[in-house]
Amino acid sequence: MVLNPGLGMEYHWQALPPDWPGNFWWHWLAFSVIILAFVLGLVMGFIWLERRGIGRFQIRLGPNRTGPFGLLQPIADAVKVLLKENIVPAAADKIVHWLAPLVAFVPTLMIFAVVPFQDGALLADLNVGVLYIVAISSISTVGIFMAGWSSSNKYSLLAAMRDVATVVSYEIPVVLSLAGVVLLAGSLSLNQIVMAQDIPFILLQPLAFLLFFIAASAEINRTPFDLLEADSELVAGFHIEYSGMKFALFYLTEYAEALAVSAIIATLFLGGWRGPVLPPWLWFVGKVVAVFSVMFWIRSTLPRVRIDQLMALAWKFLLPLALINLVVTAVQVLAWPEASLWAMVPVNVAIMAALVVTWSRLLKLGGGRVEV
Amino acid sequence: MKFEHFGTGIIKGLAVTLRHLFRKPITTQYPEQKLTTSRRARGNELVWDITKCTACGTCAKACPQGVIRIVTSAKPVENRYVVEKFEVDTGYCIFCGLCVEACPFQSLLMGYSYERAKYRRHEVVHTNEMLLPSAKRPASGYMYPKLAKALPPQTLLIERDEVKG
Amino acid sequence: MALKTESFALNIGPLHPSTHGVFRMRAVLDGEVIANMEPVFGYLHRGIEKLAEERTYTGVIPLTDRLDYLASMSNNLAYVLAVEKLAEISAPERATYLRVILAELQRIASHLIAVGAFVNDCGAFFTPFLYMFREREKILDLFEMLSGQRLLYNYMRIGGFNQDIPDEFLPALQKFVSQMPGFIDEYDRLLAENEILLARTKGVGILPQDLAVNISASGPVLRASGVKWDIRKADPYCGYDRFEFDIPTGTAGDCYDRYRVRIEEMRQSLRIIEQAMKQLPSGAVKSTVPYLVRPPAGEAYAHIEAPKGELGFYLVSDNSIAPYRCHIRAPSLINLTALRDMTVGWKVADLIVIFGSIDITMGEVDR
Repeated sequence: MVLNPGLGMEYHWQALPPDWPGNFWWHWLAFSVIILAFVLGLVMGFIWLERRGIGRFQIRLGPNRTGPFGLLQPIADAVKVLLKENIVPAAADKIVHWLAPLVAFVPTLMIFAVVPFQDGALLADLNVGVLYIVAISSISTVGIFMAGWSSSNKYSLLAAMRDVATVVSYEIPVVLSLAGVVLLAGSLSLNQIVMAQDIPFILLQPLAFLLFFIAASAEINRTPFDLLEADSELVAGFHIEYSGMKFALFYLTEYAEALAVSAIIATLFLGGWRGPVLPPWLWFVGKVVAVFSVMFWIRSTLPRVRIDQLMALAWKFLLPLALINLVVTAVQVLAWPEASLWAMVPVNVAIMAALVVTWSRLLKLGGGRVEV
Repeated sequence: MKFEHFGTGIIKGLAVTLRHLFRKPITTQYPEQKLTTSRRARGNELVWDITKCTACGTCAKACPQGVIRIVTSAKPVENRYVVEKFEVDTGYCIFCGLCVEACPFQSLLMGYSYERAKYRRHEVVHTNEMLLPSAKRPASGYMYPKLAKALPPQTLLIERDEVKG
Repeated sequence: MALKTESFALNIGPLHPSTHGVFRMRAVLDGEVIANMEPVFGYLHRGIEKLAEERTYTGVIPLTDRLDYLASMSNNLAYVLAVEKLAEISAPERATYLRVILAELQRIASHLIAVGAFVNDCGAFFTPFLYMFREREKILDLFEMLSGQRLLYNYMRIGGFNQDIPDEFLPALQKFVSQMPGFIDEYDRLLAENEILLARTKGVGILPQDLAVNISASGPVLRASGVKWDIRKADPYCGYDRFEFDIPTGTAGDCYDRYRVRIEEMRQSLRIIEQAMKQLPSGAVKSTVPYLVRPPAGEAYAHIEAPKGELGFYLVSDNSIAPYRCHIRAPSLINLTALRDMTVGWKVADLIVIFGSIDITMGEVDR
């Protein structure tokens, strides 16, 4: 079974922009601007959406004072945070402390280079797109660790350690669950993966979607895995000693990461920009917002897991299931008759349900008391 | 420590929060919308009826904080003491209402208003005329059921929040 | 290969979002694991016991409001019972029933906060907390209707109440009692089976039965360890022996059991309120008591089952208008004594959860 017959290098380059004057430079400039506007605009929108949404989940109203429906609230917050005093702890490692927000933010922005907004409308149609995303997205961890370490605060150090442990563990299930999608699509380029989704991969790869959603939420520290900002334990975690614009950058990073994960999920599992009637970019944004809504719905419901349980979940639950999913997908790609692709949907859903139920029975989360 | 029900509990919880999304928010947007306080509200500031007061000082003795200070003139007029100074330092007042309970002549009442914050410290000390009732400083029905009946009924959340879980 | 490691001290509190006030825990951490823990209190000490010696017996009632400020009505009740015992005053029947209703309402309100804050400590983003605050708000509305204030009620008096309940109180209470079980079921759907909450609380912070008895823990903390001890049954006051209710107990003594015991107690409280409402007699709410009570010289100890445990007032009288000595047996403080034994060996995150599951109010711990 091959979803993209005749997929070769020739086709690959067709997706690139027409011969504009200046060739690629204009393309890159234009898309850099688009990506910046997209990320900043949507992050603002997400902050507003999350605050209003969680408000409604909690039978409150949420911010509604600035502008209609409180739409200007993120801007008011940004202005407030910009005008705040920049406080650096006396014992901090000043350079690292200064550099950390940048190191955290820039890689997050770079993820969007390979995300297609519609057919061919992306900054760089890398033929190793998925690999690029996986590689780039883990760099911001370095920034977070720098922040935690340089603040010379025990809370932030604990948070930084937790973050490194989380990302190291969760990269593996992320990559393995993405591998299933890549196998199915037969390409690493995100645009090609979208092209291959006549049936959205969430239906063909439900288990991979579930695993990726859990693992990615853990990697970007969304509840229930928000251990490194755990406000009930570590107060504010790694950014406890940050104020002013540096704090704002971390805040931005957090939501930009959530946006990135939503965009990746929308692209890889929900059919990206594809959809009837509406323009493709609108479909894309709509799907991104839908994925993010699920994220803050979960945030408003669930308590937080503990660090050892987080590790146990990665190594004992996600990793084996991701491996099994990879094997099953590989067999299906080799042997499944191409004509009856829809028949794969119930089969895979059944496999997912069976695996999740049996594995939950086997799973033992974390240890108990440690003798010290 | 297992995932006892393989995620069913989480899904149930998500359903509960989702259902709340369609409920009416219970927020009251304070400065524009105001709830009516209890008819017995022990609001800020005391209300003092100068005509009934005999300056017996029972309220001052009942006050656990020692907030009330009464100075009477030594010369009675029409066989009554004349109150020269009736001073309440609301900065120290804990609004327990014991003075209102103690007053034998029904001349001291709790205030019904709340938003009575002041900018200067000396402004919270109330003397004589400042304590008299006015449209801005109505008296509450605390310990006075007849007064309470005249006040608007209290808004209750239980009346607004009808949806059952 | 054994790496060289070093433990470090971490000050949790007094300014920390989950210390429920101003409590400080000096924890020695070995990585994430707690090697030692030393509680430090006294940041909210106001000298209430000493202040009580300077005030009339009635004037102390507002002070008791400020002990456990989440359960002022229970504090009032315990103090008033102690004075009544000391001065040999008895409250009229109607007041007794009303006291039961109010104490049980207060228990529900306090447990709602306890559970809400506990789940918040587990990391839920305020949602259960706010749902529970909504129901607490309804109880506070009722209390405001009675006493005029929402937190510091100062409603009970020696020998009864200062004023009778208004006409609109009982219908509103009836409505609350009929609605509340549905909301408790909703909390259960939201939390009771939540896998993450189970993983975080089951088997965590076990308080063994013998230790619980040895530190003289009381309230839900003791009952979660499997001891069926409730002062409402063991030494009935206010005619609690006239009502039918069960004492929910746990088995393991872990955080989850403490949470379950609180939820079950809310249901039992509703049962008691329903019975008390049916039996509520008419009549006066206050017996004739002189304004300045002058109990005969002597001493008295009265205790009640407050939401957090056994709340006792020990009063010594020298036949004057003020207590000679007033000692408060605060359940929060005594339940807190096992904190070290419960937390050592667990992780930082567990420390917060265990601490939250004990349910303390700093106003009562430090007094």
